[in-house]
Amino acid sequence: MKRLRGFIIKEFYHIFRDYRTMVILFGLPVVQVLLFGFVLTNEVKDANIAVLDKSKDAETMNIINKLTSSGYFMLNAVLESEDEVEGVFQEGKVKQVVIFEENFAKTLKNEGRARIQLLADASDPNTAQTLVNYTTAVVNTYLAEKAKSEGKQLLIDVVPKMLYNPAMEASYMFVPGVIAIVLMLISSMITSISIAREKELGTMEVLLVSPLRAGQIIIGKVVPYVFLSFLIAATILLVGRFVFGVPINGPLGLLLAESLLFILLALSLGILVSTVSKTQQTAMLISLFALLLPTILLSGLIFPIENMPLLLQYISHAIPAKYFVIILKNIMIKGTGLESVWFETIVLGGITLFFILLSVLNFKKRLE
Amino acid sequence: MESNQQIIAKGIFKSYKDVKALEDISFSIPRGELFGFIGPDGAGKTTLFRILVTLLLQDKGEINLFGLDSRRDFRKVRLMTGYMPGRFSLYQDLSVEENLTFFATIFGTTIKENYHLIRDIYSQIEPFKKRPAGKLSGGMKQKLALSCALIHKPELLVLDEPTTGVDAVSRKEFWEMLGNLKKLGITIIVSTPYMDEASLCDRVALIQDGKIMQTDTPANIVSSYSAPLYAIRSEKMHKLINDLRTFPETASAYTFGQYIHLTLTPTAKAEDVVGFLSEKNHTGLEINTISPNIEDCFMNLMVK
Repeated sequence: MKRLRGFIIKEFYHIFRDYRTMVILFGLPVVQVLLFGFVLTNEVKDANIAVLDKSKDAETMNIINKLTSSGYFMLNAVLESEDEVEGVFQEGKVKQVVIFEENFAKTLKNEGRARIQLLADASDPNTAQTLVNYTTAVVNTYLAEKAKSEGKQLLIDVVPKMLYNPAMEASYMFVPGVIAIVLMLISSMITSISIAREKELGTMEVLLVSPLRAGQIIIGKVVPYVFLSFLIAATILLVGRFVFGVPINGPLGLLLAESLLFILLALSLGILVSTVSKTQQTAMLISLFALLLPTILLSGLIFPIENMPLLLQYISHAIPAKYFVIILKNIMIKGTGLESVWFETIVLGGITLFFILLSVLNFKKRLE
Repeated sequence: MESNQQIIAKGIFKSYKDVKALEDISFSIPRGELFGFIGPDGAGKTTLFRILVTLLLQDKGEINLFGLDSRRDFRKVRLMTGYMPGRFSLYQDLSVEENLTFFATIFGTTIKENYHLIRDIYSQIEPFKKRPAGKLSGGMKQKLALSCALIHKPELLVLDEPTTGVDAVSRKEFWEMLGNLKKLGITIIVSTPYMDEASLCDRVALIQDGKIMQTDTPANIVSSYSAPLYAIRSEKMHKLINDLRTFPETASAYTFGQYIHLTLTPTAKAEDVVGFLSEKNHTGLEINTISPNIEDCFMNLMVK
């Protein structure tokens, strides 16, 4: 145990001494998330909206004023009935329609709770989501001010409805996708490189003649990177949550546990790569081409699996990241629990076990 | 002698694909000896050492180290062996102290426990213990590597070309340290391409092309040198060596510092050479009979 601890401490020294790699490790995921996010998100400023006010009272006027004076929205049309909604969207004049229910102010006053319906054009999913978020924020600010001046807690339910793309596939896809890519990249590539470096610099020779067992060397190599990868996964989740408002609807604990499982999987792949590569460069190239590229291309991150040729669809079943992305999407976006992802979890667990066993068996106690 | 008091290698063979790295290597080294393998690069020294420390498996043959079989008991062999590979193989980004602590830990010991073993060596680099190992000078790196190989109190020390790439003063110091370690009863097997270091070993094996050509004490190797050896020089050294190599009675001729060392076939005499060279218009000719050193012995064996 002491030996293992000494080994792990040594690994952490390597990690922290190499501050450039550290910057890349933490910078890369953040940059990727931001890049994906902002490339997909249009700057929302003076977005055209329409209002369908069935109540026409003081509260609705106030809220409409707040919306238009916020700088985010331009009132483009005032609608009289729901029949007109389809028309303004079709013409492409507005991105969002705000609908106040009848007797809005009265309901709010009597019941302390009223409803605003938002219809957003989700064919551009990121913009739609951003508009909904902004609207919600404006309404909430208005409520907060009101609560302050009148001392009464009121509630307005903002009910968004995404038109044309109700599942909002594209917009949220990038966060689960980036998590999968980055974890695959860091966990597998960095572990394989760190073992290959020992071979290249000749320190592996000394490690091998030491009484350390293969299992101890592997665990010693894996533990620091599990820790590191976990921190990185959390960073991506935080950036996704607070910069782009990507929700985590399902249980957080389950989400983290699944991430841990995927990290272990990627690490075991990394160790497997390192057992076949003698230099850091080989290790890097193998992980890049054999692990990272299939992850990006075949896991459904970028190209939907359903649209692929049949052969590639079959191959995609062998890409671990595919299962992980399904799990992430279910937990984060659909908000479901283990009952909906048990199959994928078992698949990931099985693959992990298989690769860990394979790499322990494949790890050579001698130089050949 | 009992088998647990010596290292015995019997008929070791090792090939890499088509290349025969070791052929029928046999030797025995009693406990406490400082034994040297002397030979040029590519002679098979590193392969042999890796087999000794159980990093490689021999194709054929057996090695018994103080009663332990190198194949079967490889874990026990690893525990009692301190190994210093040819390349500097410590963690460059870890400090001197961290390296030493690490190796102590993985062998299940502490610096404190075996400090007496490394004190003479480590005290020289201790002032720099916070410095990353990669920033040490060549000599200091070797001292650190030796400290790391010693920290678990090995019975056997295997050093693969420890002095290659180290300055003359550090080399001398290093051999003094080995002498001190020998006094502590540690068996030391060392390889070197430097012939002058051979005389510092108790016994040496001359190795070339994967074969041991001779094993003996340095003094015996020198005294077993049979033919008379001449040191020759003239004003035109380049022409001299070419001419000597065309002389039919020449057994071997090679440059050695400012002289050419020459051996002749048994029937020839020194006067024949002088006569031959005079015909070739050599001036300032100087020819002396000298006593051979280890290198001459080695060159002699290589020609055979």
